[in-house]
Amino acid sequence: MATGIKDKVAILGMGCSKFGERWDSNPEDLMVEAYLEAMKDAAIEPSQIDAAWFSHHIDEVGVGKGGTPLSNALRLPNIAVTRVENFCASGSESFRGAVYAVAAGAADIALALGVEKLKDTGYGGLPTSNMGTYSPQVAPNGSAPGSFAQLASAYRAKHKVSKDDLKRAIAHVSVKSHANGAKNPKAHLRREVSEEQVMNAPMIAEPLGLFDCCGVSDGAAAAIVTTPEIAKSMGKENIITVKALQLSLSNGLESQHNSWDGSYFHTARIAAKKAYNEAGITKPREEISMMEVHDCFSITEMVTMEDLFISPEGGAVKDVMDGFYDSDGKVPCQIDGGLKCFGHPIGASGLRMLYEMYLQLQGRAGDRQLENPKIGLTHNLGGAPSQNVCSVAIVGSSDV
Amino acid sequence: MAKETGISAFGAYIPRLRLKRQAAAMANAWLAPALIAKAKGFRSMANWDEDSLTMAVEACRDLLGPDDNREHVDSLAFASTTMPFADRQNSAIVAAALTLKEDMRSWDASASMRAGTSALIQAFVSARAGEGSALVVASDKRRARAASAQELDYGDGAAAFLVGQGEGIAKFLGSHTLTVDFADHFRGASEEFDYHWEERWIRDEGFAKLVPQTVGALFKKTGAKPSDVKHFILPCPFPRIVGGLAKSCGVSPDAVRDSLAEEVGATGAAHPFLMLAHALEEAKPGEKILLAQFASGCDALLFEATKDIKAKVSHRRGVSGHLSERQEEENYMKFLVFNGLIEWEKGMRAEQDRKTALTTLYRNREAILGLVGGKCSKTGTIQFPRTRISVNPNDPAVDTQEPYKFAERRAKILSWSGDYLSFGVNPPNHYGMMVFDEGGRIMMDMTDVSPGEVETGMLVRMVFRVKDVDEKRGFTRYFWKAVPVR
Repeated sequence: MATGIKDKVAILGMGCSKFGERWDSNPEDLMVEAYLEAMKDAAIEPSQIDAAWFSHHIDEVGVGKGGTPLSNALRLPNIAVTRVENFCASGSESFRGAVYAVAAGAADIALALGVEKLKDTGYGGLPTSNMGTYSPQVAPNGSAPGSFAQLASAYRAKHKVSKDDLKRAIAHVSVKSHANGAKNPKAHLRREVSEEQVMNAPMIAEPLGLFDCCGVSDGAAAAIVTTPEIAKSMGKENIITVKALQLSLSNGLESQHNSWDGSYFHTARIAAKKAYNEAGITKPREEISMMEVHDCFSITEMVTMEDLFISPEGGAVKDVMDGFYDSDGKVPCQIDGGLKCFGHPIGASGLRMLYEMYLQLQGRAGDRQLENPKIGLTHNLGGAPSQNVCSVAIVGSSDV
Repeated sequence: MAKETGISAFGAYIPRLRLKRQAAAMANAWLAPALIAKAKGFRSMANWDEDSLTMAVEACRDLLGPDDNREHVDSLAFASTTMPFADRQNSAIVAAALTLKEDMRSWDASASMRAGTSALIQAFVSARAGEGSALVVASDKRRARAASAQELDYGDGAAAFLVGQGEGIAKFLGSHTLTVDFADHFRGASEEFDYHWEERWIRDEGFAKLVPQTVGALFKKTGAKPSDVKHFILPCPFPRIVGGLAKSCGVSPDAVRDSLAEEVGATGAAHPFLMLAHALEEAKPGEKILLAQFASGCDALLFEATKDIKAKVSHRRGVSGHLSERQEEENYMKFLVFNGLIEWEKGMRAEQDRKTALTTLYRNREAILGLVGGKCSKTGTIQFPRTRISVNPNDPAVDTQEPYKFAERRAKILSWSGDYLSFGVNPPNHYGMMVFDEGGRIMMDMTDVSPGEVETGMLVRMVFRVKDVDEKRGFTRYFWKAVPVR
């Protein structure tokens, strides 16, 4: 029987590029930026890396296909590089690959790096990506905000929340993230906003306005992982270990079976349960110190609070308005600013979330530093509410 | 002796949008002041995602009703001068959308305002010969230049008839055709717009001579008395002369049918069909109906309403139903955009390649064109699309799914959004998850809705519409969309 990943793998080093409109940088430059920081943090030589995982999503912009873009950019010593793509959860996938390789004993040290260069499209928002040859013939002519906005309509109907109350609650989600992002030098959007500004912003996809949508930016993030024993032998202090790594994928139930009501993420609930079980967490609302969730849109973050069993079902609006997830709340969420302020360079986002948890757990988060966090959770989602990939990872101090 | 034939059923379709002629005329008054004279009433205006083919499908559905067993249709003729494909049988697409059987004759009739009436005559010929029942549909969405008289005169619409042996609701008494190359207007094979000759010549040398000649021959052939005609149908761009023409045929001017000009406009090859359908809605048993269509000569058909004419057909909206379900449109710019009459800024998102993999379309034709999903023979789970392994989480049975038709079923909106980001001709793009009352769900586009109108729980029905237009290759892609049940 599987024994789970808990405490089998440690994070040796991490790096994260400055996110934003990096007009001056090629994706390769962003990869190098994140990589060099992670290498310095890990204090290793390139020859010590046994294998690498590379996450990158959109072929239309960026580096093209295959694993060679990573190998070339970093001048890796002809080691295995596995390219992974799993919608917007791709970053978490590269981390999972590297962690599993170490846990399996196939690698002593493995690298996970994700990058996306979204600002070469010529317009705002995500580029429209390839859906194969069947889906374009039947799927709505839509966008990411239009897919996620549907959560709001179903959530309102299910929980009898008025349009105005929901709009204000999701506005608060964005206000909180902007306040956090303003303190983060690596964030893309570093300006505080008010609830009124959010609520009066131009409509993108009913009911989501401009500030309900995350930024679109360029960026890269990297993690170097090894075993706790090797990390210790290398003199690493305050070792952060992986407590849980779970991934759940839709199988068509939400989009084709009438048992799903459209107001939540079926996969997130499954991944969260498995992750808590793997990490030995029984009371997430009490035990999780902080979270980085996939706030591609404000409504996504709000319903995710319930899917992760932090807020009770139907209780997220109250928790959000009570400041439960604010930086001074019980479970601070998006303490780095989230996708909201970092933007969402798809291949990098999952690793960027882990980067913040890692910094916080090591007490290295500067102005944003929370008081003595022990357990951090990342939630990285790809696809649409009706068809998605959901990753839940939990990291924490090795002594917890 | 030849067997009796007749019309057994009919259906119609008129787009919901009605452009106020005054709005169009006023917008162009500085340029074409004479148009002010036409600034009365409304013309029907297809939504951006409607064309002659989608309207044909809807008219046939109005005829066929919610029973999706359509085995009884033995042939299909689609008549139009504005078909989306010059080579790819348009009626085959209509047949696929209607889930008609594949063992069936089908053909496209085109290139004349007589396309519909001639196809109808042909249907009676084949019915009389024992070739089974024939579904004949005529539909047109004619383009006209901005600021032209035609822009105001024309309308968009479709109507369909089911023809077979037996008297049906309207017994077919006979027809006569005159084939004469009288070019009152024409449109070259590669041209977008019609070219018209002088009205006085068309009126005096065309209508005034060829129509009475044809109708006279028909009366002679059938032995019918002109004075028995209670409904005289003649689509004509000169409404004032129709009474006189009826009279010259021996028919009372009182029998002249409303041309639908006030509410719809001239719908081309579909117009004689729309007017006939309208007449059938109002005709009493025993009344004779004369249908004439002028174009490259003239077609004339004579019918007699039977005792079954008043039988109630609850599913049918018909012409009157569609006339009353209307939304006035005063935005002339919208009309220009919907009809491709103006170069407008579509943004980079519109640049996405919309190439259709024909292989994929063919393999999935039942799902894409017919909205056919699957029903598990073991658990009864209904789903779209049909797959080898059932979506039922408790019993993912393998290879148990039978074809299941969704098109005639109602659904409710579970979730939705109005999306201003994605490219759309009529923003915001409304779409969402439609959950069918009897099972199954589809994430799909909505159409014919306005911002503020959509809500979770709203009842919707399915309509066949243009999904995308691949302008690079001239290919129109079709799928189904949800519209509110109003």
